[in-house]
Amino acid sequence: MSAVAAPRSQLAGHRVGQFALALLAALLLVVALGPLLAPDGPSEIVGAPFSAPSATHPLGTDYLGRDVLSRVLNGGRSVVFYALLAMATAYTVGGLAGLVAGLRGGFTDAALMRLMDVVLAFPPILLLLVLAAGTGGSTAILVAGVALVNVPGIARVVRAATAEVATKGYVEAAVARGARTPSILARDVLPNIASTVAADAGTRFAISILLAAAMNFLGVGIEPPSPDWSVMITENRSGLTLQPWALAAPALLLAALTVTVSVVADVLTRERRSAR
Amino acid sequence: MSDALRIEGLCVTTAGGEPIVDDVALRVGGGEIVALVGESGSGKTTCGLAALGFARDGARIAAGSIHVGGRELLTLQERELRGVRGRHVSYVSQNPDAALNPAMRVGDHLRELLRAHGQPRTDAVVAGALERVHLPGERAFQRRYPHQLSGGQQQRLAIALALACGPTVAVMDEPTTGLDVVTQARILDEVKRLRDESDLGVLYISHDLAAVSSIADRIVVMYAGRIVEDGPAAPLLARPRHPYTRGLLASVPDHRAPRRLRGIAGAVAAVGERPAGCSFAPRCELATDACRAAVPPLRAVDATRSVRCIHTAEVPPPPAEPLPARAQIDGAAMLEVRDLHVAFGEGVVAAEHVSFAVARGECLALVGESGSGKTTIARCVAGLHAPDRGAIALDGAPLAALARGRTREQRRRLQIVFQNPFASLNPRERVVDGVARPLRELGGSRADALRAAHEMLERVRLPRGLAASRPAELSGGELQRVAIARGLVVDPELLLCDEITSALDVSVQAAVLDLLGELRAELGLTLLFITHDLGVVAAIADRVLVLRDGCVVEQGGVDAVVTAPAEQYTRTLVAAAPSVGG
Repeated sequence: MSAVAAPRSQLAGHRVGQFALALLAALLLVVALGPLLAPDGPSEIVGAPFSAPSATHPLGTDYLGRDVLSRVLNGGRSVVFYALLAMATAYTVGGLAGLVAGLRGGFTDAALMRLMDVVLAFPPILLLLVLAAGTGGSTAILVAGVALVNVPGIARVVRAATAEVATKGYVEAAVARGARTPSILARDVLPNIASTVAADAGTRFAISILLAAAMNFLGVGIEPPSPDWSVMITENRSGLTLQPWALAAPALLLAALTVTVSVVADVLTRERRSAR
Repeated sequence: MSDALRIEGLCVTTAGGEPIVDDVALRVGGGEIVALVGESGSGKTTCGLAALGFARDGARIAAGSIHVGGRELLTLQERELRGVRGRHVSYVSQNPDAALNPAMRVGDHLRELLRAHGQPRTDAVVAGALERVHLPGERAFQRRYPHQLSGGQQQRLAIALALACGPTVAVMDEPTTGLDVVTQARILDEVKRLRDESDLGVLYISHDLAAVSSIADRIVVMYAGRIVEDGPAAPLLARPRHPYTRGLLASVPDHRAPRRLRGIAGAVAAVGERPAGCSFAPRCELATDACRAAVPPLRAVDATRSVRCIHTAEVPPPPAEPLPARAQIDGAAMLEVRDLHVAFGEGVVAAEHVSFAVARGECLALVGESGSGKTTIARCVAGLHAPDRGAIALDGAPLAALARGRTREQRRRLQIVFQNPFASLNPRERVVDGVARPLRELGGSRADALRAAHEMLERVRLPRGLAASRPAELSGGELQRVAIARGLVVDPELLLCDEITSALDVSVQAAVLDLLGELRAELGLTLLFITHDLGVVAAIADRVLVLRDGCVVEQGGVDAVVTAPAEQYTRTLVAAAPSVGG
């Protein structure tokens, strides 16, 4: 009887999802192949600073007279790469902590989660700024910082999902059979918490891109003259009224990337759930 | 006697037009209890909700008429319907925990309802409504929150809410499922008393013929959305005239007259997949081509009984196969539990001085109400919970408290099957892989493990095609068979069954118990069977251990304990257990 769902909202979800997926694929293609397509070198000075868009430079030039289009095509790689690296680091550390805490419970759980609460007590931007100020700032610190900010949240989500699955009969049966913990985690726990964790991961990735961008914007992390979308926003601020494209192009791409990632993650989760 | 509820030609369909309930006609007289009985998926709840002029999301009432005390509901506007629901026709749901607002006090539940229907809501009225269902009416009780009530009290409050406005008819949807037998017996008495005291009509929905037999004036049996048999309770139970009613009756365990249980093969077809012709034909032993050709009409077989079957004259009386003789085993104990003691935090004692032994080849049942400690004891034996004190030994060798401290061989010899079939199997794993897992963990090769898993699935009579399915595609009964197969695949000596049939329909329960009985004989298994149901105990166990609040109250042979209980508590339990005969 409950097999009857509301078909209209699902269809709408599909259409939005398909559109977002296509857009994300296009964006990632641009990010990956951009450097090959760029007409000029990213650091090559090709004209007067802040010249308006023209036939040879469709997006005009930036504050040093470099081609905005070429820099935008080059500037996506670092954005995606560092955010992914930070995510991978954070999921390894936070995911492991969450799995162990959720499955073991008791003292292990309490100790790990209180440690996470300590990290959680610092506002993210403040934590990153202190980290950058203390170490002088570098891309390694940027990645480590963004990862650190994400670890407690990931650990909490993974722990809650694990603790729920841990009381199910199939996990208890494996425990009673004396199955090894890594095998229980890999076969019984991970596949069954994946959709919960993935739902959170999309949003987290989008936020990490923004966080990394904010750090770059504040001047800790990636530094000029690297062509990075967030660095471009910083360096071309002064020309906002003169040559808005130097600023708008990277900003729009950054926004499009974060929004499509969130939407795609959302739709994928919903479909996976209804497919169950 | 005027009709409190009259339903005629009711059809409820999905949004796509597939019938969920088809051509249902039903009458409940004033002061009458009519039971609506069938397996899950038969459309009972859909009918019950339709009596309130309501259809669940994705369903709609496509045709028919519903009269409550002479008032047609289906022509009313939504706003007018709200005035009727709760006032003239009310509903008690299966789960009182979900029906009550956890943030609202007992008295406020009643006051809100009375206000919505413009009724006086003085303290005296509220107290009266509570006292009518034997709840205390005093202020202190009215100020309690639902979580401060027991399950039985919560269900009483739900019934008080249903009756507060003096309705013509109340729909009760499995109100005692999930309650202990003793509480269930009290609630059933309560419903009977309320019927006798007033002109209230009750439509009582249940899957359990035994529970219904003690209160119903009339029984209406539903199958796959249609009524298949309708008649006065006593003659219907004594001599069912539809093969489905007979099948249901044959699967009800009865501690007063233990016999071999026979389930109904197969499962209710899902909405949209129902066969043409008689929907029961695929599961029916009497089915002929004529049954599959057209839906048989609901015909009167005598003045009071109507049946939807063209072979009704051939339906045999309910079976009374004797049970195989109970094992009388005096051999050495295989499993021995000595002086087990478990407490949870704040002085909640789950087991105290519990000692028992299971002899090789016998089936020992642990029986008790919820909170009696039976599941905790099972978890200790399985090595999932470390007891505070006490010893567990297998064939004389002491077992470590937790499973990982036991030897591989000890773990293999003792397997467990859990209560909830829907959580017993990994939803991401093919059924056959799940069954093969324990063998792989013991070091078997993948090919050997899969072969053994396929064999075992055949042995538990799982349809061949299902081995490669995921658990979500299986029914509760099929899942529980798979869980049993996963336990048996490593060739254990002791199988621990923790309430393995309590989440299943009676017809499915009968099939699982029958299977377990056969496997036991074939494989020489020893069983430790945990249950709250004395009927189940009588159908499968040799000896029984009665638990209460973590203590052993009484133990002995099943027949002796059930027919001549020595302790007062056991007597209460036996008296409260429902039975079709009594």
